[in-house]
Amino acid sequence: MTILVIAEHDNSELKPATHNTIGAAGQLDGDVHLLVAGSGCASVAEQAAGIPGIAQVLHCDSVEYEHFLSENMSPLLVSMAGNYSHILAPATTFGKNIMPRAAALLDSQQISDISGIESNDTFVRPIYAGNAMATVKSNDSVKLLTVRITSFEAVAETGGSAEIVTAAAAGDSGLTAFAGADISKSERPELTSADIVVSGGRGMQSGENFPMLESIADKLGAAVGASRAAVDAGYVPNDYQVGQTGKVVAPNLYIAVGISGAIQHLAGMKDSKVIVAINKDEEAPIFQVADYGWVADLFEAVPQLDAALDAG
Amino acid sequence: MKILVPVKRVIDANVKVRVKSDQSGVELANIKMAMNPFCEIAVEAALRMREAGQADEVIVVSAGVSQCQETLRTGLAMGADRAILIEDDQDLEPLVVAKLLKAVCEREEPGLVLLGKQAIDGDNNQTGQMLSALLGWSNATFASSIEVNDDHFKVTRELDSGLESVTANRPSVITVDLRLNEPRYASLPNIMKAKKKPMDKLTAADLGVDSSPRLQVVKVEEPPARQAGIKVSSAEELVDKLRNEAKVI
Repeated sequence: MTILVIAEHDNSELKPATHNTIGAAGQLDGDVHLLVAGSGCASVAEQAAGIPGIAQVLHCDSVEYEHFLSENMSPLLVSMAGNYSHILAPATTFGKNIMPRAAALLDSQQISDISGIESNDTFVRPIYAGNAMATVKSNDSVKLLTVRITSFEAVAETGGSAEIVTAAAAGDSGLTAFAGADISKSERPELTSADIVVSGGRGMQSGENFPMLESIADKLGAAVGASRAAVDAGYVPNDYQVGQTGKVVAPNLYIAVGISGAIQHLAGMKDSKVIVAINKDEEAPIFQVADYGWVADLFEAVPQLDAALDAG
Repeated sequence: MKILVPVKRVIDANVKVRVKSDQSGVELANIKMAMNPFCEIAVEAALRMREAGQADEVIVVSAGVSQCQETLRTGLAMGADRAILIEDDQDLEPLVVAKLLKAVCEREEPGLVLLGKQAIDGDNNQTGQMLSALLGWSNATFASSIEVNDDHFKVTRELDSGLESVTANRPSVITVDLRLNEPRYASLPNIMKAKKKPMDKLTAADLGVDSSPRLQVVKVEEPPARQAGIKVSSAEELVDKLRNEAKVI
């Protein structure tokens, strides 16, 4: 058996989600190959070749893969699938977009967002926003899996020396075209891989109050997140959202500020190692999952926390 | 342009889900069901296109047990013109649903299929992408805005890294995200009117699709429970606990 992992990258470097996905692939029996498909992405292929445990890097460099459009990526996966028992991608918007299209073309029932691997054909995944865990078995000849990246350890970035093989492109479908992007730029760590996350909810009352959280985040080297309510209200952009339908995070420390703790938010953060909740409503459900709860008005508590971090 | 909107009947988003004691699934008996929230957003988007003169017919379609008629009636009460029920008692997987919808698309020839990006029961996030593959159509996922043009749709997509816009050739399959719109509530007169709107009934056999599942559900369990911890009463106490007890800062 050989396993194919689809690398998520931006044509200049690998995204951390790739390393967790390779970590998941390592729990399956067989050699692991890594597909780096993009445009002008030779440096990514070289970076990938350094990951220990990768037997082969497939480098497919062609302009139609520049923006990872699913209509172009999926035929490429289909052209390669015959060589593989499993194809894995991270359950990020990158993987969620591409993989089902490939799965349908391969007549394979994809298993989304796996959080555990029982065997080569049996996988655990959260359903109902993580309120139940399903164990499912697949008999499809090629199994397509998207991986909940917070559930698997990332592999090391260097130490290996895989061979890089050039893979043939599969052509431009012409069905969709990239028309622009508004990528959030931040000096802070990426939300899904940060050790500490500070998130704000509806209680923040306005986007103008988020700098309070950013100040704490910068002192802790943390990423800043938000609940759906805060994003819906326009306080912060969509890529801040933590939850069932946003990002799933599992940092060492998650600080929830002014977040009530709706089921769909808990789905995105309840696997964090330590959870702190600051909320003035002592009945807020967030306190039921918090290791340290502080019932306080956040507009008083957050500046005090900021000062206490300085004092230490 | 005709718009097809597939909708799913799921446990109401406000109901606490309970796992069955025999680990065969979650408890569905006597539980309040509703239209999947993302599907409501898709219906709303279709209705707004019709109201803007960009579409002339909105058809809601649902695959599942007979009670999915209620979900379809909700779509009709919101304003859809007619409904199609694909009645089937099996637990329908996304690939099966995509095959059923493909067959419906071949009959109805819509110019656009609008779906929710995921259903809040299985959280699969697959059906729209799979349907687009089977039809060989363009696909734009996680839409937060959709502009209808003569030969294409311009779609803003919500990504982990921010926003991206793509142009998707017509016809297309577009899956919608939370911030596309706020779905309307059905008014009482419209709920009454919906009862008289046409609803076709089909089966998987009518559409030539084998609806049996591929995956075997071995078991469904409760997730590990998280215990509530302690309360602190000052910033100093919190920082001390994080530094010296939890050792996370």
